[in-house]
Amino acid sequence: MNRPVVRLFGLVVVLFAVLVGFTSRWTVFEANALRENPANHRVLLQEERIKRGLIRAADGTLLAGSRKVDKDRYARRYPTGDLFAHPVGFFSVDRGRTGLEEYYNDPLSGRATDAVGALERLLGPEGIGEDLKTTLSPEAQRAAYDGLAGRNGAVVALDVKTGAVRALAATPSFDPSDPAKANTFNRATQGRFPPGSTFKVVTAAAALDTGRYQPSSQVDGGNGKVISGTPLNNFGDEDFGSIDLTFALTNSVNTVWAEVGEKLGKKTMAGYMEKFGFYSDPPMDYPDNQLLPSGEYRNGKLLGPESRFIDVGRMAIGQDKLLVTPLQMASVAQTIGNGGMRMEPRLVQKVVDPDGRTTDRPLPEDAQRVMSRASADELTAMMKNVVREGTGTAAALEGVDVAGKTGTAEIDPAAGINDLWFICFTPETAVAVVVERQKGTGGTTAAPIAKQVLQALGE
Amino acid sequence: MSARNRELLALLPASLLLVAGFAAIFIQENDVLSDVSLTYGAAFLALCLAVHLVIRFTLPYADPYLFPLVAVLACFGLVVIYRIDDELAREQAQWFVVGLILFTATILFLRDLRLLERYRYTIALAGLVLLFLPRVPGIGQQVNGAYLGVKLGPIAFQPAEFGKIAIIIFLAAYLRDTRQMLVQGSRRVLGVTIPPIKHFGPILLVWGAAMLMLVFIRDLGSSLMYFGGFLALLYVATNRLSFVTIGFALFALGSWFFASTVSHVQERVDIWLDPFKPEWVEKQGYQIAQSVFAQADGGLFGTGFGASLLEVNGNSLIPAPQTDLIYAVITNELGLVGACGLILVYLLFAERGFKTAMLAGESFSKLLAAGLSAVFALQVFVIVGGVTRVIPLTGVTLPFVSYGGSSIMANFILLALLLLVSDRARRPAGAAAGRRGLR
Repeated sequence: MNRPVVRLFGLVVVLFAVLVGFTSRWTVFEANALRENPANHRVLLQEERIKRGLIRAADGTLLAGSRKVDKDRYARRYPTGDLFAHPVGFFSVDRGRTGLEEYYNDPLSGRATDAVGALERLLGPEGIGEDLKTTLSPEAQRAAYDGLAGRNGAVVALDVKTGAVRALAATPSFDPSDPAKANTFNRATQGRFPPGSTFKVVTAAAALDTGRYQPSSQVDGGNGKVISGTPLNNFGDEDFGSIDLTFALTNSVNTVWAEVGEKLGKKTMAGYMEKFGFYSDPPMDYPDNQLLPSGEYRNGKLLGPESRFIDVGRMAIGQDKLLVTPLQMASVAQTIGNGGMRMEPRLVQKVVDPDGRTTDRPLPEDAQRVMSRASADELTAMMKNVVREGTGTAAALEGVDVAGKTGTAEIDPAAGINDLWFICFTPETAVAVVVERQKGTGGTTAAPIAKQVLQALGE
Repeated sequence: MSARNRELLALLPASLLLVAGFAAIFIQENDVLSDVSLTYGAAFLALCLAVHLVIRFTLPYADPYLFPLVAVLACFGLVVIYRIDDELAREQAQWFVVGLILFTATILFLRDLRLLERYRYTIALAGLVLLFLPRVPGIGQQVNGAYLGVKLGPIAFQPAEFGKIAIIIFLAAYLRDTRQMLVQGSRRVLGVTIPPIKHFGPILLVWGAAMLMLVFIRDLGSSLMYFGGFLALLYVATNRLSFVTIGFALFALGSWFFASTVSHVQERVDIWLDPFKPEWVEKQGYQIAQSVFAQADGGLFGTGFGASLLEVNGNSLIPAPQTDLIYAVITNELGLVGACGLILVYLLFAERGFKTAMLAGESFSKLLAAGLSAVFALQVFVIVGGVTRVIPLTGVTLPFVSYGGSSIMANFILLALLLLVSDRARRPAGAAAGRRGLR
């Protein structure tokens, strides 16, 4: 009678395996679907019971806190209102999460994601989240909003050496404590603008780093030069003779840079653009759905970097179908200022658990070496000239050498409406400013805003 | 090392588990580690030692792992129940004491298992009466449409828990006598082996009565458990798969019939198939829906001991967390890993039980051990399968883990019977005479 007993045990093994299988199904494979089931109130109830971690600015200013509603429920409060609404985002039981509240939801809600953390939690207190210390500076953020003065636009300031985000401002902002009415469209990370002449620094970087041009290389700057089969004009139809690249950047001569771009070719330009981070989401600690890549767009879709639809000559001066985010242009300035090393932009410098231990240090993180230090230094000298005697004099600071580039992208030439740009950097800080659909030029409108942000950061 | 010393050592993990578990919950709930947890641990350890001593002096050759496995399950259950309601945990601990007394009494009264064989018809009758009790007006209690409990004055109990042991004893005794005749006297009709009616009659009668009672008292989970146990025993006794096939076909037919006629059964099946239907997800389907929601929250590693969300403003979020749905609470707090650990312990217990059956020299002991192990494993399958939506959810207890006096007592008797069989099976040839002389 022993054989049937063995088989019987075999059946028990199979039955228990089915139990393990179904338990896995609910706990792992279908867990997310079950959490999202409308009849499941657990997620909602649990999130309310968690005392979410605090979010603080670099100087300790409280950006997001948790307030007790009753015995064991909490609600979020944002003492700085709309000032930090875009980077911090909001947390709402019925509207979901945006910004840092979304990206760092696991640590903020005390949800350990690794096995060690899970084991610790078996014995440790739960329901208290970890705090975020951001890299954001309230003074710089305030200066950015003051500078934008209600006009649509965006300001991004990055630490040149680390990639720390010191300011991330976009207008219009919203009230994070009223998520139902919030328009979370973030012009700094999702706004796509033609970069205008600011893009010439990318072309210049490629020109110098390939070794095919020097700052002193002479190129013909004549007005109405034929580029890709069509004549191209300079700003104000100004006609230059044969000039060197430093002069061409200082005075933002279109025909020179278009020729340089054409000579370098689509492939070389594509290679440098990708190294600068174009054609992919910027690697910032921010939700994917709130980041957009920069590059050539056609019918609302991002083209391939070497697509046949690209007019490389016009792209080289920031025209054609090129659309960029302010964050991307800030990253370009940061890279050049940092001797050619691009850093990943970071909003958070450290994550601190309730016991005061630092559990994560997201900052700094190298992204990619874009160009040699020598080429970066040459380009920096050229860009300093722009601020010293060229189109960007409005950003000049007492005692600090600012390197920059203006941009004026024509939107409605008949009405004189342009998107106004300025990107710049000092040894400490890189700034990108865009003001949408205004009269004037990048040098007159955007550069002073960048100067105010730099001053707010103590420069 | 002797079997008993191995048993003693094997108790260590159980006591460690208990102390660690209580400590975790104390930290969770009071934010301070109180020495009360150590007291609890020590008291339970003393209880385990007492059981160990009982086994050491009465059944020295019995399997050394059966009891430590039970101790692990009991510790686990006690910790989880304590986490749900500390008052219930105290009661549960008291039931363990009662279970222990019953365990000792069973071992002392049944030095000779042949006693059970002699009274098989009496035991069968007692089993059937037990099953019928919940339907008797005045003492029967109805819970969720099923008649599961009996209340006699201050004492309330669930007779189905004890009934299962009575039925298994009867079947084992009866099949020992008739198994040869069942095999030899059977005829083949249309390629199917049909057992002789003469010898199969009584068994069908007893089983049929049990099934009727179960439908009568509407306890579907026990019905599945009993029927599975019956088929398992029949298979072990005859080694004929065709008998099992016939039985299964009969059961399928019966289930289909009841599912389409008895509204209570029908509803259970509908809810099982689609618990999230808006019409009943907040009503009849609430229990199973909350069960899988709780498990989904547990994930791989669980929310942690004592961290499960059980109450909302004083209302229970998971219904019957200490009995039917205790497995969902465990999965919620300890995750898939903890749940698998629990199932593994049950599997090891079943393995020791079947091993005992294989070692047993004599047919009745063999059938008894196999039957008890099978019905134990099936009970785990019925309740865990119900909670995880493998089968419709029905109310049986998770042995040694769920809160409930009847369950603890009945399963301690089951353990005593298994150990009795094991002691006889593993006793060395020379020692038998010596022990008998001592008595």
